[in-house]
Amino acid sequence: MALPLEVRGLSTTLFTRRGEMKAVDGLSLSVGAGETVALVGESGCGKSLSALSVMRLLPDPPARIVGGEVRLNGRDIVPLPEEGMLAIRGKEIGMIFQDPMSSLNPVATVEKQIVEVLRAHTDLGRWQARARAHELLELVGMPDAARRLDEYPHRLSGGMCQRVVIAMAIACSPSVLIADEPTTALDVTVQAQVLALLKKLQADAGMAMVFITHDLGVVAETADRVVVMYAGRKVEEATVDELFETPLHPYTAGLIGATPVPGAARAERLADIPGMVPPLNGLPQGCAFAPRCPRVMERCRQERPELTQPATGRLVACFAAERG
Amino acid sequence: MNTMNDASDTAVLLSLRDVHVHFNTPNGVVRAVSGVSLDLAVGETLGLVGESGCGKSTLGKAIMKLVPIAGGEIRIEGSDIAPLDRRQLIDMRRKVQMIFQDPYGSLNPRSTVGRSVAQPLTLAGWKPDAIAERVETLLRWVGLPTDAKQRYPHEFSGGQRQRIGIARALALSPKLIICDEPVSALDVSVRAQVINLLEDLKGQFGVSYLFISHDLSVVEHIADRVAVMYLGMLVETGGRDQIWRSPQHPYTKALLAAAPIANPKIARTRQRTVLQGELPSPLDPPAGCPFHSRCPIAQARCQAEKPVLRPVGGGALAACHFV
Repeated sequence: MALPLEVRGLSTTLFTRRGEMKAVDGLSLSVGAGETVALVGESGCGKSLSALSVMRLLPDPPARIVGGEVRLNGRDIVPLPEEGMLAIRGKEIGMIFQDPMSSLNPVATVEKQIVEVLRAHTDLGRWQARARAHELLELVGMPDAARRLDEYPHRLSGGMCQRVVIAMAIACSPSVLIADEPTTALDVTVQAQVLALLKKLQADAGMAMVFITHDLGVVAETADRVVVMYAGRKVEEATVDELFETPLHPYTAGLIGATPVPGAARAERLADIPGMVPPLNGLPQGCAFAPRCPRVMERCRQERPELTQPATGRLVACFAAERG
Repeated sequence: MNTMNDASDTAVLLSLRDVHVHFNTPNGVVRAVSGVSLDLAVGETLGLVGESGCGKSTLGKAIMKLVPIAGGEIRIEGSDIAPLDRRQLIDMRRKVQMIFQDPYGSLNPRSTVGRSVAQPLTLAGWKPDAIAERVETLLRWVGLPTDAKQRYPHEFSGGQRQRIGIARALALSPKLIICDEPVSALDVSVRAQVINLLEDLKGQFGVSYLFISHDLSVVEHIADRVAVMYLGMLVETGGRDQIWRSPQHPYTKALLAAAPIANPKIARTRQRTVLQGELPSPLDPPAGCPFHSRCPIAQARCQAEKPVLRPVGGGALAACHFV
């Protein structure tokens, strides 16, 4: 059987007045049923544009998919026209964004917004859809669900809004759920509630989940596998345990060193990565990380490392890691 | 007050006694800070943590006299800041400076970086030659190139702008810097650079920090002592290790359990008690203990009687009837 989500060589380019920028450059990743793959990186690394590419929600112009495939349950959806995507979004693939307030319609009640999704993708009648909307709100742990159906989004807290968005995303039991920084705007105790909810829903329904985040703590708590991105490209992929125990790419090692871990043996200083992420229209010639890399070699400045599998069988794009 | 014990062997730099801050809104009075007492010793980093709306930033602003207090007393090096007039306030602000979460919003976009950093010196009456020299020194200390002087804030990245904010805060050699979520808007790798810079400057100049943050991992890394706030009240204070190893207040426990830990092994093995419900509205806080509506061990008494901070061992204080 085909995997729920299989992305192969996906490339998305921004066409701007200042030239073309490869925001996503040859990204491949696959997610199995019930699996959570975290997509990690700092701002501008292309993780959110990857998600929007998969959903075919890119702002065009300036962004356009210029190559690769996005296979959803075996079918490539990149060539589909917008009408085809309308039938798929919300049904086969759901999405949750960082800011729940802006994903909801401010002038429609909670009930209306959930019912709209159900009516678009199922044969449920009006009353059945209303009953289902109520069930869904209960399922996502909305306090006082019956009463919340008639509320408008501005009357709900950020955590409650995110629950509504999750209810809409899972309303039609999609096989793939893409969550783009779903807890970044939430307080830490509410974040824990939403993470626990997503895990439970995913386990119950066997959804494949792509979890996009910059927060390594959230990665460690939720992911089975991790894909690390830098300047539009995948630089490393590993299981969550492998990644935190023995990061192979110097950038991954840098991110982990830069994140304090309470309760672990305390380092006097955090290991910082010098410099900053290069702009997409000013990428260096060789490896994009070379100017900041502690293990840089002459070759790294000339030649761009491709993803390879050194002895361990793990994927990494780094000449130094290849040598061991 | 018992809070004195924490800082008794060293000089107290900042002392808060029963501080209240109220805001009048169209929907009623918000008690943003209600009855906070705290001490901060010379050379100490005190982490102030809590979720949005708990009053931690408001408390920071009250210490800067950016918002008026409705009651209580704020003393800096022993002198009450309430009666200070304009001139004395300028003098006070030599000792206490502040850096903010959004460094871009706190810099004048039409001023060169040199002018922004020089402003506190100008206000303090420094001579132009001395100012120019001082600005160059400050930029060097925070790791910015000297040509940054002639450039404008928009030419810099978020991390560099935070360095500019730090340079300006350091201009008059303050004794205390109030850091309000200084690294929350920064990327992971840059965040570590700024944290390391703050620690280096502390080592170099002996400056104290009141470090306000919602990010517990960062606070655990940088703070000597931690104070936890909930709905305008202090619920627990104590040494950093004490708080992390054996938190006493149920809210502190819940907060620590909820914070994601960047280590899959620790993350899997630790206890996870997910706190139910959300923060009550500060317009209409619960009677009695502010936490009782979400507390796993709440009893009838908690709804009626507000707990006060009392010693709970290891030098820590907690405001809970049942610890």
